[in-house]
Amino acid sequence: MRRCLEIAWKDLRAEFRTKQMLNSMLLFALLIVTIFSFAFGPYPERIEKLAPGVLWVAFTFAGMLGLSRSFTSEKEQGCLDGLKLCPVDRSAIYIGKVVSNLILVSIMEVVTIPVFVVLFDYSIPNLGEICLIIMPGTLGFVFVGTLLSALTVNTRTREILLPVILFPVLVPVIVSAVSATTKVLSGRLNILAELRILGTYDAIFFIVALLIFEYAIED
Amino acid sequence: MISINGLSKVFGNNVALREINLEVKKGEFIALFGPNGAGKTTLIKIMSTLIAPTSGAVVIDGYNIRDDAIEVRERIGVISHETYLYEDLSARENLQFYGKMYEVDNLEERISNVISEVGLSPRAEDLVRTFSRGMKQRLSIARAILHDPPILLLDEPYTGLDPHAVATFDRILKVLDISNKTVVMTTHMISRGIKMSDRMAILRSGEIAYDVPRVQIQDEEYFKSIYESYVGEEL
Repeated sequence: MRRCLEIAWKDLRAEFRTKQMLNSMLLFALLIVTIFSFAFGPYPERIEKLAPGVLWVAFTFAGMLGLSRSFTSEKEQGCLDGLKLCPVDRSAIYIGKVVSNLILVSIMEVVTIPVFVVLFDYSIPNLGEICLIIMPGTLGFVFVGTLLSALTVNTRTREILLPVILFPVLVPVIVSAVSATTKVLSGRLNILAELRILGTYDAIFFIVALLIFEYAIED
Repeated sequence: MISINGLSKVFGNNVALREINLEVKKGEFIALFGPNGAGKTTLIKIMSTLIAPTSGAVVIDGYNIRDDAIEVRERIGVISHETYLYEDLSARENLQFYGKMYEVDNLEERISNVISEVGLSPRAEDLVRTFSRGMKQRLSIARAILHDPPILLLDEPYTGLDPHAVATFDRILKVLDISNKTVVMTTHMISRGIKMSDRMAILRSGEIAYDVPRVQIQDEEYFKSIYESYVGEEL
């Protein structure tokens, strides 16, 4: 586990020095929220119906930018083989990348929510429950995104290929997360079914990723 | 120390290595020559566990690359034309990262020693992106020997280096006293191979076509003529 954290720390240290990935994600998320705020106006009716879609579109589309760079930057710097030469199980590389991606995507989400609140002049009710949905939703997104980012890194069209194969796999996460967020914003707190789906999805994909990552990262 | 038996690698319809058999003794330095596409890099990548062989066995220091990949990686240091260095980290931070991955004892002291050995102490805190190609390759040597591996795999280590950087690279290898290490080096530079190796071999179309002790090679011209007769082109 210590070496997983070393990989994550190395990624974060390099990222916070250049802020290339973080700035791109933040800017893209803010642009999405801003465009939606112009499209729907400042006081849209039934905002509790719109908000989940706007937030999850911002989270997943902006998060995609970060995930796609996760292994691409290693490849471009010629460091992917160096990482694979380290005497650790390949799954340690996966977990390290998941940790760093999770932190960067979470920072983007934490910044996006207040911007959404300001632009739509909307006070989010039940913020605790919203966080309870965002956490497993983000985990599922990062688990699958990190695996597929590794899988596509050796292809020439990786930047295009990743979203094309990631979003279909993410459908259960997005549907459950949007449905649960809609319920919570409408004041209904019976979201156990959605949380179960998200939890099961996360568990399955984390285990599958650990098992197949070695093959995903092969040349 | 390194035992390769019946090693083959096929990429689609392309046979990169055919039934390679090679034994490298402890402390031996073997230089592998061959034209582009002969399979030199594939051989190094298989030995370093980066790609899996199609058939055959490779045993390094008693460990099979298929079953004991982690043990093999602990025992090898790889220097390639790719430096495996992170541009946005300093020289010291790069070595700290790799040192922690290899669980090197007394890491800070070891880092200071290897950085000093490759002559980069004054630039230890600078970002790697500010380094010249030669400096990156020197730091790459420090990265490869940080965990003091008994085996070094050098894959075209001189690629992209100017003559001054080549001379510096050689001097560092000499200073490091790699005489007690087992070394496999692929290169196009006969002068380096003759100067440094105990054995010289030629890889042609995925096969070891020629393999003799260095003492049997009289000079560069002699080896060039052998190379041309085996490969059919100039080195």
